Amino acid sequence: MTLEAQQLSTDKMVLNFGPSHPATHGTLRILMELDGERITAVTPEIGYLHSGFEKLGEHLDYNQYITITDRMNYLSPLCNNVAYALAVERLLDLEVPKRAQYIRVLMCEFSRIADHLLCIGMQAVDVGAFTAFLYGFRMREKIYDLFELVCGSRLTTSYTRVGGMMRDMTDESISLALRLLDEIPGSLDEIDKLLSHNRIWLDRTRGVTPISPDQAISYGLTGPLARAAGVEYDIREKEPYSSYADFDFDVIIGKEGDVYDRYMVRLYECWESLKICRQVIEKMPEGPVNIDSDSKAILPPMDEVFNSIEGLIYHFEVTMENRGFEPAVGDSYVPTESPNGELGFYIVSDGRREPYRVRTRTPSLINYSIFQEVMPGNMISDTVAVLGSMNIIAGELDR
Amino acid sequence: MLPADQIRTVMHDQFQAGFLEVTEFRGMTTIHVKGKIVLETLRMLKSDPRFACNFLADLTAVDHLEKGGHARFSVVYHLLNQHDGLRIVLQAWVDEELPVLDSANELWRTADWQEREVYDLFGIRFTGHPDLRRILNPDDFKYHPLRKDYPLEGRGERSDFPVVARTVGSKWSDRGRTFE
Repeated sequence: MTLEAQQLSTDKMVLNFGPSHPATHGTLRILMELDGERITAVTPEIGYLHSGFEKLGEHLDYNQYITITDRMNYLSPLCNNVAYALAVERLLDLEVPKRAQYIRVLMCEFSRIADHLLCIGMQAVDVGAFTAFLYGFRMREKIYDLFELVCGSRLTTSYTRVGGMMRDMTDESISLALRLLDEIPGSLDEIDKLLSHNRIWLDRTRGVTPISPDQAISYGLTGPLARAAGVEYDIREKEPYSSYADFDFDVIIGKEGDVYDRYMVRLYECWESLKICRQVIEKMPEGPVNIDSDSKAILPPMDEVFNSIEGLIYHFEVTMENRGFEPAVGDSYVPTESPNGELGFYIVSDGRREPYRVRTRTPSLINYSIFQEVMPGNMISDTVAVLGSMNIIAGELDR
Repeated sequence: MLPADQIRTVMHDQFQAGFLEVTEFRGMTTIHVKGKIVLETLRMLKSDPRFACNFLADLTAVDHLEKGGHARFSVVYHLLNQHDGLRIVLQAWVDEELPVLDSANELWRTADWQEREVYDLFGIRFTGHPDLRRILNPDDFKYHPLRKDYPLEGRGERSDFPVVARTVGSKWSDRGRTFE
């Protein structure tokens, strides 16, 4: 710095980023204190999309709340459905049939690919690489076609039920899944070739906001963010749920924890997810996807309800007030590995039809808290790169 | 991780008066303590090699107004030992009259936002927290909405919400402020 520049008095400037900004992908606000183009302090303000889902959960019964879980991480709603169903099933002490567990794994892994593709694409488009975004989005749309075929809806899937699935996967959907498994590698390759060794991409992402493993653990980071920082923890491997122990896959670990490593971890996780999907389809067992409706915990199939008196009675038992359905008094929490990190529902029951408390441990909120720690010292233009790499989903952030 | 009866002995020896009980439900072990010893207990669970819980996975609270328990609120800490993949839950109970706990911020920085969330939604204060502000609700919000005595519909926030009328004289203009 020259002598004149040192003597010039400079004021800090406060820049308001958001709440509505193309790079926030939702509504969140960041107050940035700037010294020239360099950030000296950031204050994230969240809560713009606070919808009171946890309060609402105390007034909806266990199956009704599944539709609310779709709206949290709206990029991979199936993972939310599965995490919630697992927590309720642990509370009710139910074990869903093997086929349902496998279908859940298959759907979770396809959502993970879709989520990672969208995250990488969004991250790329935010720093100006439009083509990678289109490659990612094209394949994501095809994965959503599979979701539509399987559960009738692309975004608000609500595919799980307490004690099973909304419906079974048909041969048609399995063959579409197999076709996708052949098509997705092409897209991943395209993105890989376009970005991984791209000079501009490297300049924009390498060494930007590195995170150390200790920092990651202290801030409670999970998922690709923590693994990029070198924390070797994957819930699918360490605390397997829903038959993840049956499948063979590698956990991708980064080294620096910078934006580039987060991108690489996400990209390589897509390959691992493909491996899992293929194994699921190969090993897919036959059988029912729901537990027996005699258990009075699950809604019987529609045609039974409409065509048999027993089905109708069971349906009544589950849905009517003051009938049969009595969960145990206690609390349960099942951690799951959602595309963004640890997702778990902490459910407290007092024996009524509605949960007493439904807490969602969302990765977005907890991962985002490190943002104010790592941002100072970076340039304004890095903000969008870092936000994109953290994959903050406002619906999940504020709930 | 120790089995539940050994945890009970360890806890009892270390914190006689503050320790309440150890419960097990569906494979999840929960330690219940009084609010005033929460920080010592967390520090013990983090540093004691028999637990070695290096990761605070989740921090939340439950209002036991209708359910009953040792006190009105319990603040729930989900701790994880990442080396073995084992979890343990700590519930710290605090009264309605003085809902104050020590902040876990010095042990895990993730407690910062999560304690702000608990403060916002339950009104439980954390001493030693660097910046205890509301996080989800607006700063001028008066209530703590996840308390059981706060109604689902709210207390008139919706009807009192200042509506900016886009066109003066439209059918909505009488509900809110109009800009002349």
